[in-house]
Amino acid sequence: MKKNKLNSYNSQFFLAYILIAPAVIYLLCIVGWPLIETFRLSFTNSSIAGEDYVGFENYEKLLSSSKFSKIAIRTFVWTFFSVLLKLIIGMIGAVLLNASLRGRSFFRILVLPPWVVPIAIGALGWMWVYNGHFGILSGIGIRLGILDGPFSFLAYKNSAFIATMVTDIWVGVPFVTLFFLAGMQAIPRDLYEAAYCDGAGRFSRWYHITLPQLTPVIITMSLISAVSTFVSFDIIYILTEGGPRGATTTLIIDTYKMALGNYKFGKGSARAVMIVIMISTFAIAYFYLLSRINKKVSHG
Amino acid sequence: MDKYSLPLKIFLYLSITVFFIFILLPFVEMFYASLRPLKHIFRSPYQFYSDDLSFWAYREMWNTVPLLGRYIFNSFFMAITVTFFTLLFVIPAAYSYARFNFPFKQGSLWVLLAVNMFSGAVLLIPLFKLLRYFDLLNTYFAMIVPGIAFCIPTSIWLLKAYFEKIPVELEEAAYCDGASRMDILFRIIAPLSTPGIAVTAIYAFIQAYAQQFLFAITFNSIREYMPIVSGLTEFIGYQSVKWNEMMAASIVGVFPVLIVFIFLQKYIVEGLTAGAVKN
Repeated sequence: MKKNKLNSYNSQFFLAYILIAPAVIYLLCIVGWPLIETFRLSFTNSSIAGEDYVGFENYEKLLSSSKFSKIAIRTFVWTFFSVLLKLIIGMIGAVLLNASLRGRSFFRILVLPPWVVPIAIGALGWMWVYNGHFGILSGIGIRLGILDGPFSFLAYKNSAFIATMVTDIWVGVPFVTLFFLAGMQAIPRDLYEAAYCDGAGRFSRWYHITLPQLTPVIITMSLISAVSTFVSFDIIYILTEGGPRGATTTLIIDTYKMALGNYKFGKGSARAVMIVIMISTFAIAYFYLLSRINKKVSHG
Repeated sequence: MDKYSLPLKIFLYLSITVFFIFILLPFVEMFYASLRPLKHIFRSPYQFYSDDLSFWAYREMWNTVPLLGRYIFNSFFMAITVTFFTLLFVIPAAYSYARFNFPFKQGSLWVLLAVNMFSGAVLLIPLFKLLRYFDLLNTYFAMIVPGIAFCIPTSIWLLKAYFEKIPVELEEAAYCDGASRMDILFRIIAPLSTPGIAVTAIYAFIQAYAQQFLFAITFNSIREYMPIVSGLTEFIGYQSVKWNEMMAASIVGVFPVLIVFIFLQKYIVEGLTAGAVKN
């Protein structure tokens, strides 16, 4: 009798759904509903005072404003270079930590702090590094004669843009390194040994074995990094609050300021929806790319 | 395989040094700043060394910001609460994903990943309204309730991978001996997967600790409930910024997390990367 019950599909479905129900219901309330509500609010002029339906007005204003397109382009540039450098530095880091050197396991622990420490606190450390009067970068620059006086990296448009990007890269590198390293360790050793016997050098082995074998991990990491970089908030908010004169205002900072700085929920929501659309486009492109690569792999 | 030649070895170590200068620079700078007397910090040009470094700021910071201890407590309290509730939601769900086949299984797993993509910042406006509606703004719950939601998806993925490693035969044997599904979950699966649950808990804790900043500055304005990440701004006074104490407090605030992490890093790294690399 009991055995029958175990195989009975009805009771299994029921139990399966019961077990995931609490998590799913919670997520529907805290993530699902807010997502729908964001869409709804984006068609209103909602604020602290109340709300009225305004149709596509928020979007029309948004898409016709040159300020918004500037912010969007800036966000893309910021994200693109940040992700690219995260991947490159992460790859270099993984290769270095994968080398059979003394102290390897220690290095592997040492790389993780930027990821473990709350971003807000890491950003404070960088704020200090970038400070013109008492930061180490400016200090070294003056000693070496590159700078002729204290230089506040966060006070000028271009340097602030690069400085926030460097901090974002710093936050992302350990995670990327970790995954690349794990990916490298999963590559069968005999591949390398065969290539070595055929006389392939170090670089050629990396280029012809490591890189292609890592492709799925590289694609995964580029998506994860791109999404988290695109909506990276803490770093910019703490370092520059989007300044100087808007030079580091990305879409998420703009959305935050509009919605919770000025309490213009409607306009803020329209911006949030634009972000959701852009992230979803990323994700769909990613899955398309991934499925094509998988097909290639499985069909030889 | 070929051995490293000496020049290559030197080159590798040099590269590792440069890499770690980048990784550790802000921490070293933070620690260094916390040791300097305040008047010294503003001395220009920059001094790489001076002979009056001390741990004075680590004592004085408790007087400058009397609630500092409270902030650190708040951070821990909220992160632990978030972790606890996350596990409560995640253990049954992950078990279900690992053991059963049901319609929409794969689909819902992808949707979970998608939740990860909408970090809290995108959903702040309705969350703000939701919390205001339930009168939860300016309470611990304002930071805990959204915190749990954003810890759930990755935790499910992590724990599911662990559950899948436990042989089904064990459960079937218990089932034939007359154990119920709930018995199996709590008497067999839970003890066997303690390491997996521990990794998930640590992941959730680190995530919860890290994401407090956004929720704290948005949903809470009461000092007594502030976590350390937003409490640090109190070192910025009307007259002067007590930088050295701020840095000292930051270090004290993250120290416990770092220690926990260093001891358990092996399991976390394995747990996090296992799933991603396999796929």
